[in-house]
Amino acid sequence: MSTKNKTTITAEPGKQELFITREFDAPCELVYQAHIDPELYVQWLGPRGYEIVLETFEPYSGGRWRYIHKDEQGNEFGFHGVFHEISPERMIQTFEFDGLPESGHVILDTMKLESLPGNRTRISIQSVYQSVEDRDGMIQSGMEKGVNEGYERLDEILAKS
Amino acid sequence: MARTPTTHDPFNAVAEPRRRQVLEAMGVDELSVNEIVERLGWNQPMVSKHLGVLKQVGLVEERRAGRQRFYRVNAERLKPIYDWLMPFERYWNERFDRLDEVLEDIQKKERK
Repeated sequence: MSTKNKTTITAEPGKQELFITREFDAPCELVYQAHIDPELYVQWLGPRGYEIVLETFEPYSGGRWRYIHKDEQGNEFGFHGVFHEISPERMIQTFEFDGLPESGHVILDTMKLESLPGNRTRISIQSVYQSVEDRDGMIQSGMEKGVNEGYERLDEILAKS
Repeated sequence: MARTPTTHDPFNAVAEPRRRQVLEAMGVDELSVNEIVERLGWNQPMVSKHLGVLKQVGLVEERRAGRQRFYRVNAERLKPIYDWLMPFERYWNERFDRLDEVLEDIQKKERK
């Protein structure tokens, strides 16, 4: 696991949005390609250990997308949305998880790509949810991924204090 | 819905970005106010104000030694916040680590 580039997630209590930022040791154009080239995209979409089926992928303004995660137990999780705007500087899209009891809990994601010195890139994502409950529910779901590994850093801090 | 006062709830206390900066600056060290002031480059009253709130919600512990006071982060009290956010952070970390690998592969091929 890389440690040089840390993902920063900011989710303030009582708000409908959250922010995700991350830097990459690659030029902007390449990071952008990895988002719009389906062959590259499936290689990193979602966590390890999941099979990804990119069912629909139309990476242009107004295009649609849909993909399915399959875990080792054979459970399937579908997600879909539309690309509102796709450009090398900015990607705006909606996101909805098919597995919720009722449909319509749509998230609006705006991702900005920014060139940094030394051929590096920073991406910053703002995710806006329809309610605070929606946002907190998404965070708490942990995106269906195991919790235990996430405690490594906490364990470190606890051990030192 | 009634809001929990900042001074009772660690979640609310860390909602203020400056207080998160204080916690980050302190890390795992035990520090005097002056040392925290030095690390942050803020004025002392501001640091003391935020330290006071963090102390009230139990996120920071105070130890007195003579006339000096020392502070350290109370990791146990931070745990509920980690419990809440860590799986989500883990998910994104893993995704972006994989993207790192993809980007590295392409750049290696380009150099050949």
